[in-house]
Amino acid sequence: MERRKFLQIATGGAAAAVGGVVAVWPQAAAGPKLVRKVSTFCELCFWKCGVVATVEDGVVTKLDGHPSHPLSMGRLCPRGNGGTGLLYDPDRLKKPLIRTGKRGGEQFKEASWDEALGYIARKMERIKSEHGPEAMALFTHGHGGSFFGNMLKAYGSPNIAAPSYAQCRGPREVGFQLTFGSGIGSPENTDIANTRFLVLIGSHLGENMHNTQVQEFAECIRRGAKICVVDPRYSVAASKANWYLPIKPGTDIALLMSWVNVLLEEGLYNKEYVDRYGTGLAELRAATKENTPEWAAAITEIPAETIRTVVREMAAAKPAVLVHPGRHVTWYGDDAQRSRAIAILNGLLGSWGSKGGFYLPGGVDIPKYAVPPLPKPARAALDGAGTRYPLADETLASGLCDATLSGSPYPVKGWIVYGTNLVQSLPNPKHTLEAIDRLDLLVVVDVLPAEIAGYADVVLPEATYLERYDDLYAGTFRTPFVALRQPVVKPMYDSRPGWWIARELGLRLGLQQYYPWRDIEQYLDGRLTKMGSSLGQMQKAGVVVYPPEDGTLPADHKFDTPSGKVEFYSKTLAEMGVDAVPKHYAKPEAPEGHLRLLFGRSPLHTFGRTTNNRVMGYVVRENEVWVNNKTAAELGLKQNERVRLVNQDGVKSNAVRARVTNRIRPDCVYMVHGFGHTASKLRHTAGRGASDSELVTRVSVDPLMGGTGMFNNFVRLERGA
Amino acid sequence: MARYGMAIDKRTCMGCASCVVSCKVENKVDETAFRCRIVQRSTGEFPNVHLDIFSERCNQCADAPCVWNCPTGASHYAGGGVVLVAEDLCTGCKACMAACPYDARFINEKGYAEKCTFCLHRVKQGMEPSCVSTCPSRAMIFGDLEDPNGALARTLGARGHRALKAEAGTKPNVFYLE
Repeated sequence: MERRKFLQIATGGAAAAVGGVVAVWPQAAAGPKLVRKVSTFCELCFWKCGVVATVEDGVVTKLDGHPSHPLSMGRLCPRGNGGTGLLYDPDRLKKPLIRTGKRGGEQFKEASWDEALGYIARKMERIKSEHGPEAMALFTHGHGGSFFGNMLKAYGSPNIAAPSYAQCRGPREVGFQLTFGSGIGSPENTDIANTRFLVLIGSHLGENMHNTQVQEFAECIRRGAKICVVDPRYSVAASKANWYLPIKPGTDIALLMSWVNVLLEEGLYNKEYVDRYGTGLAELRAATKENTPEWAAAITEIPAETIRTVVREMAAAKPAVLVHPGRHVTWYGDDAQRSRAIAILNGLLGSWGSKGGFYLPGGVDIPKYAVPPLPKPARAALDGAGTRYPLADETLASGLCDATLSGSPYPVKGWIVYGTNLVQSLPNPKHTLEAIDRLDLLVVVDVLPAEIAGYADVVLPEATYLERYDDLYAGTFRTPFVALRQPVVKPMYDSRPGWWIARELGLRLGLQQYYPWRDIEQYLDGRLTKMGSSLGQMQKAGVVVYPPEDGTLPADHKFDTPSGKVEFYSKTLAEMGVDAVPKHYAKPEAPEGHLRLLFGRSPLHTFGRTTNNRVMGYVVRENEVWVNNKTAAELGLKQNERVRLVNQDGVKSNAVRARVTNRIRPDCVYMVHGFGHTASKLRHTAGRGASDSELVTRVSVDPLMGGTGMFNNFVRLERGA
Repeated sequence: MARYGMAIDKRTCMGCASCVVSCKVENKVDETAFRCRIVQRSTGEFPNVHLDIFSERCNQCADAPCVWNCPTGASHYAGGGVVLVAEDLCTGCKACMAACPYDARFINEKGYAEKCTFCLHRVKQGMEPSCVSTCPSRAMIFGDLEDPNGALARTLGARGHRALKAEAGTKPNVFYLE
């Protein structure tokens, strides 16, 4: 035995103190413990799984999946399991802060809540009187943001956006609405558990760790369903597939339309379904006449025979086929059209509203708490949704940012940013920071001091999801449900729940009439009582699950499209003068010596929100850049060598390790999103890995709905980092 | 007498590391340490690649070299054939670590050898090990290998499987379903 080690034992574990290791496991006092179990729902990502927390003498010691919550079914993903790492993160925001140094300098003085809220209210009053209430905007992500949304609406602004639309899932909502009159929503209405044929297009389930989707994906594998994965990278999902198609990036529409071509040419589509529910088949047939597998093979680099074989197998499984719509789909700027191509393919197979395809979800209407009608904003939102981007049906976060920078059509002078680190969640942070420069007021409400907090005038420390109530969650699912988020423990430090912060700000802005409730318990109980339940009942159960919906299409179903049918040809698009049937267009190619930059998810991380979490943080502490082994050999690049990525505009990343692998195309590199933090107060993660966001300086905006395509950026690898 | 074992389905394991994190929280494992880990191994040339994904932990060997190499008797068999470390007897000498063919042990911040216990404290209360109970893929089966009607024995009877480094001859009790 080593003498040194013995000494460490003899001195009662001195090793633990070495190197400033933080206690991740707060200790309850010795002796008999008071153990409680509290039901709530998760916020480590936005899937919102049911959780049962174990609390021992006031310390949260374990988080388990809620056994009867439909989204968790007793299980949690790694992030949900590691939720205490957020609660007990030593880097948490602890006190309200008011900026003292220059923007971005992370210099603040601590303030009381009264001082901080008073400061914000005075600034907001001035913005309202000088520029109108529409000059305040809210960026929000997460369930707690609803109270800030309501506050800003009461104040009079329509400029409320979540980056989860224009930076993530927006295009698929538009593509499916155009075709079926209905978007996908969240959780996705995909019947993965019952499908006989699953197609994933760039969707990396298993690395993208939405709990229910992954549980069902495993079930799909167990049942022996056929699986086809289309991805430039050999993902975890690809390793489970019967067919892996290593597509050339940016050519998915060509593949999809060639599948449409074969279904029509060979008469393999679902004739009964299409005759009953569809319209525009003749136009679709005419428009895709030339889109043969041979044509697509030359574009996609997938052999024509493979294209034919896969779609014939798909057709054999119809209607229990699921061509998955994906989730983060803002890639190349024609993403709504790609999503529409996916929708058309599903329509031809008859999978919308069929078992093993897309179920029609059920929902629950929870009565609202009665408040006076909200004021109608004098000016419309300025993000461009519905105008410059005619089909956007949610506010565009990127559009708000652009308008702030341009000052047109009217000036934006204040931002409230709730739960989203805009420096990473919007592409091209340089652009975002220029917009921030135009502001008179930037308020950040968050749990951790991410980059955006460093630029704030006022930072408000929110209590974590384990310390607060939020509004009720009415889940749309096969089995609709109502779930309660409730405090598992009291808020630590001087943090406060979002509902309290928003209400206090509202009261200071003279909006008393919109807060007829004195606290959240009264508000929640008021809503629940109206539906025959109560807060007390929900506190015990955590979730109430309704009986399953049928989920399949009735024979006389009328779709919410202009024709009432599944629109294989879209007159809406034709009237706008754009392709009524999706077409493949060539994407920008890599400049000499460059590789296309792709990014995605690690199962352990939700963007940059979790990288500081010390419970998960040592499993995947930094991201790597995936480089094909042949490409690496040409560059002389070795495994784990540190490199910098330099993009086509000369933007250079942090140094990052090269993962030389046989799991990616030679013309691409791949990184996990959310690393490369520069915020010095995120002590666990600052400076680790590289940020893909800063390398996305070319944004390919979807002309239909304003989605920000991010995969048309190219990098070279600089050695010697 | 029960003999606890585990089967891990390589077909459905996504390598998400829910098991790793759940274990860490359940057992209050040191901040930088883990009792289990994810292994991903790919062979072939792109795009004709084969990827193996699974999680690894102590194999709770029936003929465990960590037990018979421990000079103080700290490493021992507890109920169900589970190998445990008695902290009051452990000197942190690392003989067990050198003997283990699976790299399943580490010295914790307190200076003792630490490893997977199959969450025996939970099993005694009728629960599954934490990793098994949280696995989103339901890729892990825990049970009594001696119970022919149990899910574990039935699955192993029905499906092809192998143990890691069976050639080491330590009679491991963790099996991987092909």
